[in-house]
Amino acid sequence: MDSTLLVIQILNGLQLGVLLFLLAAGLTLVFGIMDFINLAHGSFYMVGAFFCATLTLWFDSFLLGLLLALPLTLAVGVVVELLVVRHLYQEDHLQQILATFGLILVADTLVHIIWGPEGLTFALPEVLNGQVTVLPGIRFPIYRILIISVGLLIAAGLYWVVARTRIGMLIRAGASNRRMVGALGVDIRYLFTLVFGAGAVMAGLAGLMIAPITEASIGMGNEILIVAFVVIVIGGIGSIKGAFLGALLVGLIDTLGRSFLDGMLKLVLSNQAAETSAPAISAMLIYILMAAILYFRPQGLFPPKGR
Amino acid sequence: MRQLVQKPPGRYWLVFAAVLVLLLAPAAIAYLDQPFYLDVLMRLMILAIAASSLNLILGYSGMISLGHSVYIGIGAYAVGIPAYYDQYNGLLQLALALGGAGLFALVTGLICLRTRGAYFIMITLAFAQMMYFTFVSIEEYGGDDGLVIYARSDFAGLYDLENNVRLYYLVLGCLLLTLLLVHRIVNSHFGMVIRGAKSNDRRMQAVGFPTFRYRLTCYVISGMICGLAGWLMGNFTGFISPEMMDWTRSGELIAMVILGGPGSLFGPAIGAAVFILMETVLAEVTIYWHLYLGLLLILVAKFGRGGLGGLFQRNRGTP
Repeated sequence: MDSTLLVIQILNGLQLGVLLFLLAAGLTLVFGIMDFINLAHGSFYMVGAFFCATLTLWFDSFLLGLLLALPLTLAVGVVVELLVVRHLYQEDHLQQILATFGLILVADTLVHIIWGPEGLTFALPEVLNGQVTVLPGIRFPIYRILIISVGLLIAAGLYWVVARTRIGMLIRAGASNRRMVGALGVDIRYLFTLVFGAGAVMAGLAGLMIAPITEASIGMGNEILIVAFVVIVIGGIGSIKGAFLGALLVGLIDTLGRSFLDGMLKLVLSNQAAETSAPAISAMLIYILMAAILYFRPQGLFPPKGR
Repeated sequence: MRQLVQKPPGRYWLVFAAVLVLLLAPAAIAYLDQPFYLDVLMRLMILAIAASSLNLILGYSGMISLGHSVYIGIGAYAVGIPAYYDQYNGLLQLALALGGAGLFALVTGLICLRTRGAYFIMITLAFAQMMYFTFVSIEEYGGDDGLVIYARSDFAGLYDLENNVRLYYLVLGCLLLTLLLVHRIVNSHFGMVIRGAKSNDRRMQAVGFPTFRYRLTCYVISGMICGLAGWLMGNFTGFISPEMMDWTRSGELIAMVILGGPGSLFGPAIGAAVFILMETVLAEVTIYWHLYLGLLLILVAKFGRGGLGGLFQRNRGTP
């Protein structure tokens, strides 16, 4: 196995992992505290990407686009919470699925109306376009390193907020018994809006960071959302730590599987059999991982306590 | 226990009228020379079969599967893959569709049914997505682009499906059979255990029912009925692609079931009808028709408990 390729693919896996974490963190918090399944979480990923693309093209500055897109995504998240989501906390999961599926259709169509059917692409600034030497003889794009760093920073910050601050204490208390928190005089509705908005911003950040590499396109959040679901199911729904470790695990296994599986299969199968079966098996890998974990631990790796 | 026993569906005349309309529709459509509407009705009825199969687990057993369209895909590929090898034997394709869907339901069900609530929803979703990506990555069968099926299932010349009206009556027959089957299952001893497990699984186990096996059986039956819908869909469209099992298709199936009313016999069929009619009518007016559908779904989620199917039954069981 080529060690240069291995290092590069591990970094690529990490990059996918932190993007998944940014999506999964919001999902798992919203589910843990409000018992709310949000299928439309991927829409914030898309909306963040489109805001950033438009603003970047407008101001001709990625930094400005990024900084303005985040509060806009937050605003969209808060408006959605106030208008729709808030009214569904009391409903059962089936109604939540239906409503958030409806939200996806609305979001995708609105983006279609505003930005047209084509995706939006924009270039990175020159500074971020180069490559750096990560290990002797191994070069890797600066921008992808930046994505990994931002993701890890946010993860650390989120851990600090949840574990060390008053808001975090309320979030943890809300996750184990939200009625009691309300009874103790905390404005639980305000807390819900805050958490939902924070989840939307993190999803938006993930979307706008990936947009320069791929593009901002309609429905871009719908596929990665399913992988984020796999992540939180593996990690244990409601657990931030589980979301983080699950995201890195899924990111690494998916990326490494796609690049090295055919090589490994060639050791045991004929060349042709390996080449035809490897893509299918590597596509299934993370789901097989999920099934295996759930078979032994139906609540995921780190089920939150008190449920 | 008496509450669990569902009264036979009321308002028989409405059902008879609907069947009569469906029986006569091909003649009317031929007279008006509007073959497009025959296609609309066929798609409607195939989706009604799929939605009814979902209703069996979602409405009656409380298992919210968000990956049900995978069985449509499996059924359709059971037509497409043999056809790719010039194998058009209808019985073989049908057996593959039912067997493949049943097997997939059995294997995934063994894992899914160990979990509850939100986990179950997300796992069914993930397994369906797994099949989606698997078929996307198999280049041999067209990958992303799918396969074109050049001839429909062949029943040794006994029943020629190439004739659209023949296919129409086959679909109608399958729909009626499905509704009859669901009605019989739900009102049988088996169905009572299933519905009992929905309202209180632990109590049913305490009474002595191995509910896991009952629920798994129900899950497999539902998958097989949906596989049948997929087999019909493959024959009807003549083109299959992984897109048929994309998770948004499963979301649409759930929308149909809830629009019509989960846990009512005719609800899913009515939901499918509303869905397809909306699509057909609105799509002619605006390309942005999904916006209105989305808004409708949000409103139904908030206000429309029980759906439209409640209208067709005098006494609905436990909602």
